[in-house]
Amino acid sequence: MSYVAIKGGENAIREAAELLQVLRTRGSTEGQPPLSPQAIERQLHFLHSQVMSEGGLYDTQLASLAVKQSLGDPMEAAFLLRASRSTRPRIANTPVIDTRKMRLIRRISSAFKDIPGGQMLGPTPDYTQRLFNWELLDESGESFRNKLMQWTDGLDVDSTESAEESPLPKVLDFLREQGLVDDAPEPCDEPFDITREPLVFPVDRSAALATMTRGQQGGIVALAYSNMRGYGDVHPTIAELRVGYVPVELPHPVTGEPTEAGEVLITECEVIAMYERSDEASTQRTGVGDTVEIDPEAPPRFTLGYGACFGHNEAKAIAMAILDRSLQKGMRDGPSNPSEDPEFVLLHIDGIDAMGFTVHYKMPHYVTFASDLDRLRKTQQQHADKKQSTETESPVAEEVASP
Amino acid sequence: MSLAELQSPQHREHTFGLIDETAKREIRRATLKAVCVPGYQVPFASREMPLARGFGTGGLQLTLSMIGEDDTLKIIDQGSDESVNACNMRDLITRVCPGVEPTFKTEDASIVQTRHRIPETPMREDQTLVFQVPYPDALVVVEANEARRVQMHGEADYARLFVKLYEDIVQYDEITLSHRYPTRIHGHYIIDPSPIPRYDVPKLHQSKQLNLFGAGREKKIYAVPPYTDAKPLEFQDVNFRVEDHLDDGGRRLVCCKCGADNTFLDELVLTDGSRAYACSDTEYCRRMVQQAKAASQTARGGVS
Repeated sequence: MSYVAIKGGENAIREAAELLQVLRTRGSTEGQPPLSPQAIERQLHFLHSQVMSEGGLYDTQLASLAVKQSLGDPMEAAFLLRASRSTRPRIANTPVIDTRKMRLIRRISSAFKDIPGGQMLGPTPDYTQRLFNWELLDESGESFRNKLMQWTDGLDVDSTESAEESPLPKVLDFLREQGLVDDAPEPCDEPFDITREPLVFPVDRSAALATMTRGQQGGIVALAYSNMRGYGDVHPTIAELRVGYVPVELPHPVTGEPTEAGEVLITECEVIAMYERSDEASTQRTGVGDTVEIDPEAPPRFTLGYGACFGHNEAKAIAMAILDRSLQKGMRDGPSNPSEDPEFVLLHIDGIDAMGFTVHYKMPHYVTFASDLDRLRKTQQQHADKKQSTETESPVAEEVASP
Repeated sequence: MSLAELQSPQHREHTFGLIDETAKREIRRATLKAVCVPGYQVPFASREMPLARGFGTGGLQLTLSMIGEDDTLKIIDQGSDESVNACNMRDLITRVCPGVEPTFKTEDASIVQTRHRIPETPMREDQTLVFQVPYPDALVVVEANEARRVQMHGEADYARLFVKLYEDIVQYDEITLSHRYPTRIHGHYIIDPSPIPRYDVPKLHQSKQLNLFGAGREKKIYAVPPYTDAKPLEFQDVNFRVEDHLDDGGRRLVCCKCGADNTFLDELVLTDGSRAYACSDTEYCRRMVQQAKAASQTARGGVS
């Protein structure tokens, strides 16, 4: 049966939505409990993070609901968050967040063995062996709890000691002191708001960063990977990768003073790229055809890339930092690889856009396809006519046209 | 044998060396071919390992394909036996290869698997050095397309690499390639020697040990057999140079732990922001410290 957009359609889509619920609840007859939003947030930590990041909305409960409602499809879940966010007014901009104040759960540097404050592995699957842990197949509530108790036993989990540590310096600060990397760029007064303005190329770096921070993880990783494999030359070294909670401030409703409104879990990555002409030594292109002016006096330095996103998504933050670097190079010198082309990267990494258009091909295309058929049949006819006419002209033709 | 039995936990145990015997055989064949054609990248059907791609799955497969229970294994990561990746790798291999002895001592190991260093202790003919390789192809810096690179290698067409070096000299008065220095093997193929520092490249030339290179993600195996020429690219008038480890005053930096002035050094950032230097090969460093202690004790003993 075809699915034609006539009256039966209303019924059909209602039933299809109901069937999705049947798909979700079919374990209930075997005594399976429904997933709780808390369980999703805690036990599907990385999926939950990915959804918040791509949804571009930091709301832990809504993200859990999105995962549940979408049956665990990360793109659909991010889409739910995005659609929800669209219904909200923008209240205010926060002041720039100093990530040195991050309450860390993880912090590593690949550039140096020892860094002030030390390497801090924290929770990571990096050095786990990907062999099945069969115990998890039928984990009891007790062993589940014991895992935690074993670790926290004797720890004062309510202690605020770690939160009171002085902010750890950035590895980049240390390299800047030695003149090895560019100075930190001046923060822009008004970052480009991709939720309120369309991207009209050429775009500035803040628009690129904002687009990437809610880009689809797989897309960002794939494009950054192309740069790593030879279609580009960033050659990144991770100066610092941080995961943790940063305080978010808002103007106080009465006094207007910046006041801490809460904290968000973020992942932040700073990469050092192979040195080249320093960014400071050359003016950024503002449009196609601009000449790049180079200060011959400026010494060569390591260049930088920056990535940051909501939640705990390390591959995404690293890939974003690499793309930030490759895009800066592309903006300056013109792109020589896909990952250096701002339009190519920024218009193809949004999961909501890409997924939506990919699945839209499932919609009826009867009209357009009819139009295609008309053209093909016509050109086949032309082809046949031409063949016939040449055959009648040359009686020595070896082949006879099939009727 | 019923399906239920096959699904039972004891059937979930793995074979010696984790990967199945036919896979090991295929890897060994590729390895033999690599030894026969020094520097040539042999494609192989790289398997997914329990470690993430990029964490040394190529070296791991080489090691697992040839290791036996009589072998003694040393694993280093950037010179250190104790870094997280080395610990994890050693734990995995000794777990799936019962009988294999782990060691930190270079001279005791029959197989040394390394990420980004060649040990300071010279190796012997009865030892094999296995490298974990992220980028097997030295031409990738000048040509992104693999099909074209294969042809360039076949024709020994390395002109564009020389142009890259030349452009560096024109732009910076210095070759900017820091590690992964392109090295010509046996007068034909140019290899990427994996991200060892330039300091280690000369150790490949006419080496006593067999050097095997495994790139898991890129699915290639290549080799520098013993007593084979390995020459870093250079110009007649601009020679290849290793990291010199000189301080601002032009003096050779020494290791802050053992005092060695002839090793590759790690730069450390101390809490006060100052810099210190220590041997990257931690096992060599420890041995130097022990020898110095022993020598001073003997000297004191001689006085008494």
